[in-house]
Amino acid sequence: MHARPAARIARLAAQASSGIRIIKDGETVDATSIIDILSLGCTKGDSIDIKIDNPADMDILNRICRLIENGFTE
Amino acid sequence: MTKATESTETTLNGINASPGICIGKAYLVDPESVSVVKKYTIEPKLVKKEIRRFKTAVTSARKELKAIIAKIPEELRDQTYILEAHLLLHKDKMLYEKSIRLIDEERINAEWALKTSIGSVKERFDRIPDPYLKSRAADIEHVSERIMRQLTGATDVDLTVIDKRVILVAHNLSPAETSQIQVNRVMGFVTDRGGKASHTSIIARTLEIPAVLGLGNATTMIQNDDLIIVDGSEGIVIVNPDEKTLIRYEELNRRYESYKADILRISEAPAVSTDGRHFKIMGNIELPEEVVGVRDHGGDGIGLFRTEFLYLSRNNFPEETELFNQYREIVELMAPGPVTIRTLDINGDKEISSLPALQEANPALGLRAIRFCLKKPKIFKTQIRAILRAAAFGNVRLLLPMISGCEEIQQSKRIIEQAAASLEKDGLPHKADIEIGAMIEIPSAAIMADELAKIVDFLSIGTNDLVQYALAIDRGNRFVAYLYNPLHPAVIRMIAQTVDGAKKNGKKIFMCGEMAADPINIPFLMALGIDELSMSPQSIPEVKNLIRKIDSREAEKLLPGILSATSASEIQNLIIERYGDILKESLSD
Repeated sequence: MHARPAARIARLAAQASSGIRIIKDGETVDATSIIDILSLGCTKGDSIDIKIDNPADMDILNRICRLIENGFTE
Repeated sequence: MTKATESTETTLNGINASPGICIGKAYLVDPESVSVVKKYTIEPKLVKKEIRRFKTAVTSARKELKAIIAKIPEELRDQTYILEAHLLLHKDKMLYEKSIRLIDEERINAEWALKTSIGSVKERFDRIPDPYLKSRAADIEHVSERIMRQLTGATDVDLTVIDKRVILVAHNLSPAETSQIQVNRVMGFVTDRGGKASHTSIIARTLEIPAVLGLGNATTMIQNDDLIIVDGSEGIVIVNPDEKTLIRYEELNRRYESYKADILRISEAPAVSTDGRHFKIMGNIELPEEVVGVRDHGGDGIGLFRTEFLYLSRNNFPEETELFNQYREIVELMAPGPVTIRTLDINGDKEISSLPALQEANPALGLRAIRFCLKKPKIFKTQIRAILRAAAFGNVRLLLPMISGCEEIQQSKRIIEQAAASLEKDGLPHKADIEIGAMIEIPSAAIMADELAKIVDFLSIGTNDLVQYALAIDRGNRFVAYLYNPLHPAVIRMIAQTVDGAKKNGKKIFMCGEMAADPINIPFLMALGIDELSMSPQSIPEVKNLIRKIDSREAEKLLPGILSATSASEIQNLIIERYGDILKESLSD
């Protein structure tokens, strides 16, 4: 994943009221950090889990999922 | 000697990128890089102030970057995303908050805190197996360097301030940096990175200064003001040479200079082989000033005029008049010899307006050259109009870069026709029926050469990219640069096929690229009967000299052996076996 999509996820995650984490192969990182996201080394076809700490952030989770599903197009 | 020197003679091996020898003081281009950061403790009561200093540096760095983004021209707006990602990275937790926490908790200076946070980030990236993702660490490095410069008060590398004759030692030189170089101050180049066909190497050969690249550790092995010898022919750098070595190299240098003077004296005469065939030897240029170099070295014309220069280091695209004036100057200087103008080829190692090289995952395979021009017909048409107008003042040919198939030529021809029609309508003097050629530098074009030849006036083989694309080698990458070999049998067959495709259709065939300048390749290129060879101006006398000693009909006898060889070394041996003696008399053996 490149810096731009990572930046867009991080920007969305930053709006959440509590923590959002991305998990890949047992490694958990902070979704508000671009560097954290990049360091997961995600490539096309990899599967990741996204966890929200507070159910109130469901909407943000959905928006992140949509962003990924749409291939980061507007 | 009054005092024993602490330093002993050390020899470093790199890539021989530009021939010649120079002896002089080393000048390190970026001594203020992250590696020289000092660590010190902050008094408890000053910690707050240190944190503020760090925050100010980040703010200033972001402001600097925002100013750069604002200056990006309209046409490239969609490419600013990477810089916008950099803007966000400045405030990323791993970098920003971690550095602040380190200053606060460990009471260390801001520079060291930043260096520490970057270090741990880099470590994590090093663990990523995918090499492309791994290299994204470069984004973070760019960001941290910008902040570090703000903290230390260092400025961007400025090569215009060098006030004595030096040998430049750098990690890597960007096109922007090499374009600042003053020839009378710089005796030679030494870099950690880069390969034989990198931009730095081409510039060094153009400026006729020795260069050794891809040394890996030159910037750590060489100190500022060290006495060094650069042997660009052998690819050797000697640090702190002893007296015996110095004397030996001064003698070698003298012999090299006198050989160069000898062949220069007879360079005006045409390059006619012993069997009476006349080969045209042309020069590759980038600037109008270089036309003089082509003429002085006995060049018969310009085989490749790279037109990117006027498009670099600026925020807008040049106007037609500016382009026309430059082209006209070159055309008039070279007349009656031909000037082959290659249309805009913005490529992977040449970026416009100091945009970072990361806009595309794979710039060498991305939107560049003819693809870029066909996407931006307005920019393309402006250049074509300038070329057609300059054509009224001399002998002009138009060369289309990065052609991958017939459609791109047809589309380009339509734009050329439109440009001619608009000039007609505007009543401006021009010449519409100039020769149009296709650059053969993508393997698909080499394979389709016979079809392409039907719709153009000439084909020109650009070997630098053809070798790179055919063998899947990044020519700037020192880890694979050793694989970069124009004598690879696949490249040799592609070239033969391209020549065949042109000749079958009665079209002219040229070669522009570093391959044409290397003596070992000359017998083969003569055997194929390539009409024109174009190269860096200073290589012209040597190649002419060599052609005059070779019988091209006899060289043809080598062709079956060369075309059925299975390795580059086999081909090389075939050539050396027959022409070793003649080649030995030349410089690069």
